[in-house]
Amino acid sequence: MAELWLQFVLTIDATLRVATPLILCAMAGIFSERSGIIDISLEGKMLLSAFTAASVAALYGSPFLALGCAVIVSMLFSLLHGFACITHRGNQVISGLAINILASGLTVTVGIAIFAQGGQTPFLMSEQRFSAITLPFAETARHIPVFGTIYAEVISGHNLLVWIALLSVFITGYVLFRTTFGLRLRAVGEKPEAVDTAGISVTLMRYQAVLIAGFLCGIAGAYLSIAHGAGFVREMTAGKGYIALAAMIFGHWRPVPALLACLMFGFLEAIAARLQGVEVPFLGPMPTDLILVLPYVLTVILLAGFIGRAVPPRSIGQPYIKER
Amino acid sequence: MRKPLPAWVDISIMPLINIAAAFVVAGIIIALIGENPFTALAVMIKGAFVYKGALGYTLYYTTNFIFTGLAVAVAFHAMLFNIGGEGQAMIGGLGIGFIVLSLDPILPPLLVILLAIPVAAIFGAIWGVIPGWLQARRGSHIVITTIMFNFIASSIMVWLLAGMLMAPGQMSPETRHFADGVSLMQIHHIGNALGWPMARSPLNLSFVIALIAAVAVWVLIWRTRLGYIIRATGHSEKAVIYAGHDPARIIMIVMAISGGLAGLMALNEILGVQERVILNFTSGYGFTGIAVALMGRNHPFGIVLASLLFGALYQGGAELDFEFQTITREMVLMIQGLIILFSGALALMFVPAAERIYGKLASADRSSDTRKGEQNG
Amino acid sequence: MTVSSPLAKSRADLPFAVSMSGICKRFGAVTANDHIDLNVLSGDIHGIVGENGAGKSTLVSILYGFYTADSGTTEIAGISYTHNTPADSIAAGIGMVHQHFMLVPNFTVLENIILGYEGYKQLSKSMDQARHMLSSMSQQYGLDVDLDAQVGDLPVSLQQRVEILKALYRDARILILDEPTGVLTPQETNQLFDILRALKKQGVTILLITHKLREIMAATDHVSVMRGGRMIAHLQTTDTTPDQLAELMVGRPVQVKKQWHKANKGAAIVSVKDVQLTRSKTQNLLSDITFTVHAGEILGIAGVAGNGQSELLNILAGIIAPTAGHISYHDHHIDAGNPADPQKIKSLGVAHVPEDRHASGIVLPFTAAENAALGYEKEVSGGYGHAFLSPQSLRARCAKLMQRFDVRPADPNLKSSLFSGGNQQKLVLAREMSDTPSVLLIGQPTRGVDIGAIEFIHQQLIDMRDKGCAIILVSVELDEIMSLSDRIMVMNNGRIMGLVEQATANVKDIGLLMAGVQ
Repeated sequence: MAELWLQFVLTIDATLRVATPLILCAMAGIFSERSGIIDISLEGKMLLSAFTAASVAALYGSPFLALGCAVIVSMLFSLLHGFACITHRGNQVISGLAINILASGLTVTVGIAIFAQGGQTPFLMSEQRFSAITLPFAETARHIPVFGTIYAEVISGHNLLVWIALLSVFITGYVLFRTTFGLRLRAVGEKPEAVDTAGISVTLMRYQAVLIAGFLCGIAGAYLSIAHGAGFVREMTAGKGYIALAAMIFGHWRPVPALLACLMFGFLEAIAARLQGVEVPFLGPMPTDLILVLPYVLTVILLAGFIGRAVPPRSIGQPYIKER
Repeated sequence: MRKPLPAWVDISIMPLINIAAAFVVAGIIIALIGENPFTALAVMIKGAFVYKGALGYTLYYTTNFIFTGLAVAVAFHAMLFNIGGEGQAMIGGLGIGFIVLSLDPILPPLLVILLAIPVAAIFGAIWGVIPGWLQARRGSHIVITTIMFNFIASSIMVWLLAGMLMAPGQMSPETRHFADGVSLMQIHHIGNALGWPMARSPLNLSFVIALIAAVAVWVLIWRTRLGYIIRATGHSEKAVIYAGHDPARIIMIVMAISGGLAGLMALNEILGVQERVILNFTSGYGFTGIAVALMGRNHPFGIVLASLLFGALYQGGAELDFEFQTITREMVLMIQGLIILFSGALALMFVPAAERIYGKLASADRSSDTRKGEQNG
Repeated sequence: MTVSSPLAKSRADLPFAVSMSGICKRFGAVTANDHIDLNVLSGDIHGIVGENGAGKSTLVSILYGFYTADSGTTEIAGISYTHNTPADSIAAGIGMVHQHFMLVPNFTVLENIILGYEGYKQLSKSMDQARHMLSSMSQQYGLDVDLDAQVGDLPVSLQQRVEILKALYRDARILILDEPTGVLTPQETNQLFDILRALKKQGVTILLITHKLREIMAATDHVSVMRGGRMIAHLQTTDTTPDQLAELMVGRPVQVKKQWHKANKGAAIVSVKDVQLTRSKTQNLLSDITFTVHAGEILGIAGVAGNGQSELLNILAGIIAPTAGHISYHDHHIDAGNPADPQKIKSLGVAHVPEDRHASGIVLPFTAAENAALGYEKEVSGGYGHAFLSPQSLRARCAKLMQRFDVRPADPNLKSSLFSGGNQQKLVLAREMSDTPSVLLIGQPTRGVDIGAIEFIHQQLIDMRDKGCAIILVSVELDEIMSLSDRIMVMNNGRIMGLVEQATANVKDIGLLMAGVQ
């Protein structure tokens, strides 16, 4: 019984670790899409910033410098996305896709040029990374039943970026729904001409939104390579950007529901990892591939309106053109 | 004074400018890495066209891109963005696997092949028509659904190839080999049989099927009633309803055709080369189809040309691995991203400048005309 | 014809509220504004009239800072002023109620009003302040709206009040209204004019853009007339007549007289009985629609936009199926259990010119030749059943139609978006009349069409009627309905409010029926 409880607590702990980049990217997606810009380049920006963070950490040793550079690179690609979609009214899906493919090619090409390790970056030492923060009394509390285990395993022992991810949810909620900036940002995704005639620049609002998205993706990428992992590996985002997109849709473009969706998807991944190789009566080995695909399947079912309806911002995907 | 561009400039010069921009940026990146971009280009051209058998390899890659490019283009004509070519091709390959593995012990190879071709298309079509149905009847967005369907297809492949379809006594996730003779004939065999010696290459009859598909798509889009309605659906669903057609039905038909074309890509890889179903045989060709369609302006002729360019990039890119320490075939992925960026998302960037230049040229022409007119009058 | 110069002197030595001079604006090859001068007295209700495309909207968009003029100067209250953005104009005290409302449908009234003019970074503070200010303001002007209602749930007349409040909240001293009455009943229009007069009393200057002469006469103090991008005349409203204004707008004498003459009614060929359309259990879009139309008759359907006319037209054309009731054309019966599709309806000799030309009637990026076959694709097939299309017969068919209806330029290969509204509409009409239908369903036949083409289209309709066609005409332009119809059916909230014979029809009664008063 105690063993099972520990297993459960450990799974919850893993859920949080797996969900962290999803949460950051989902919040990024909310900012961008609430302003009317589809962002499927979450994946690519996360990959680019993961690579940047690992490279900078390997070369200069400072995780904070690495995080800063990762965020800057991610924001630069957000600017590119904005330049294509906002300034040149390009197709937002195509632009996002271009960034994703570019990211795949660029990270490996530059990686080989710098490190000559087949696209990977060198293994990072613990001082080059964000390490776990053990909260006070974690070890002592461990022996207290129930709460103690939760405190020691789930709450304590996370790195800084996990906490930033959780904080980002509440900041996103506050900014979107409690500030003037948020009101304008939501309006620009619903009816940009209303914002334009009210004397606010649609272009500027949307650029701000995509830059915030870039900022958050940058943290997510850094988390993957210099906090959760210890270096960059080819294609290390492995579709997480798309899962975050799915979580954002699942959360109806709202921060807290999106957080819950991220945790649910994270839980599925954590549990699939735990069940790897476990034999199930009649089925043989646990079909973990099918568990991992659940986020995608659930999103398809949600979008089809079989479980509630996901209504995106009204003007999403449409470049703003002043009518003649 | 800006002047709208005439059609011929828009379909010939502008795509070239956009591709040139992509190559210039790629060249700058190569230079920053410390290699000579012109040397790299020369290596790629040699690798794609000059070496013995190179052209065959180039055309073998081209085959994949014609199929996936056509798939994207057909959907584009109805303003549907099918990002699911990758998954549709996988499922097409799975279909080939099912039919061949179950029938090759019983039926003669030729018959199995003749059955496998439509089955590839049908399986791909099914994987395309489901997102089509979800968009048409349930209102979910095709872009998101097709993205999700790629992941779902990929999981199904892993699950089946590492499970019930895995060849007995093997550890790698792939099926057993097809029976002897169950494969599309390779072009160099045909050439040699006809007395034209050719170098060995994986180029096979799928290339011919791809070219036939390109012609068929042209006829469909510009010479049939269905094509007319497909194009109308892309521009205005209301007009289609007004004209007495059901746009939801049209969307499903288009996605079936699109998925079917993507499914046919599996012919080249599974029935033409591998002769068994393996994991990840699509290697991103479905995504490359998007670049191909954008570059080829959704016209089958443009798509064949763009496929040739990408075929050359892939084959030439493989050559980079041998010649350079620091640049590899991933370089090609980068160029592909840049091409999608410049000929897709930034397609309009150079238009104002081009219009200004064209306006200047045109007005220069006209002023010389009027002067002539004055002299005559 | 008197064309006076811009008002030379301002009232009581006050500077002009708005003084624009030499305004030019080009869009590509089109000159939308050609050296426009405009002086508006402070505290005046000043009308600007002109046809579609005369340049009225462009001019006020420049005043509002939405577009930048290529040249010319503007003074607001005597102070020279260069606008770059709407923000500058708002700061200068200019407010605008756009033709298509600039409101976020899923925001509340309050959120919409403060958007862009919040005052604080924190939303709750801005909202509290606005709520306080607005309560006194709405009393002052008689503009009562629930601040917490979602804008999308409000009827259009209330949405318009939100737009006015939005402008006033920004301290607008000059209020521009662009075609504000298109969506209102005659009675709601009068209420709007009452609000404008109340604003005038508070010293607000009002610029009213419209193409309806009746409204100019009813509401304005001064009127400026525009035609083809130029300013033609400035007049005191009391010194002019609708006939004179119409002549100035068009540039030549026009018959304001009715084109209608008595027709020879034939047998009843369209019969509609108890047609219902429900969207949900509680919402009826159409109820108890029953009427007949005879050969050689025009039945006009009047009503404010959105009162069921569009749905009725779509049901008659087979585009949507009714929930209950039946329709018969000649001897062919259609009902909810036995619905017809548009192709089937066409085969019965029923043609349909849709209300929304740009969305339904034509496919804008298609060539004229392709559009000339929309819905009639089988007639241009190149053999092998009807699977294929022949480009030659597409073009030949289009050329023939273009000649018969005088479509210009007569080039079948030209993109449809490059034709003027009038020529696009002629092409649609030509296509629909090509098979000499016995019934014509036509919605908003002259929306976005210039006066020359309007006369042509109206004449075609009368001619068709005289040849024995039964015509069902839906239009939100009451004048159009009254000048063409043999009988007028008025709709409100999905019901038939009354049927009026041409001989006894008058605007006041029809207006009351449109408003739902029987």
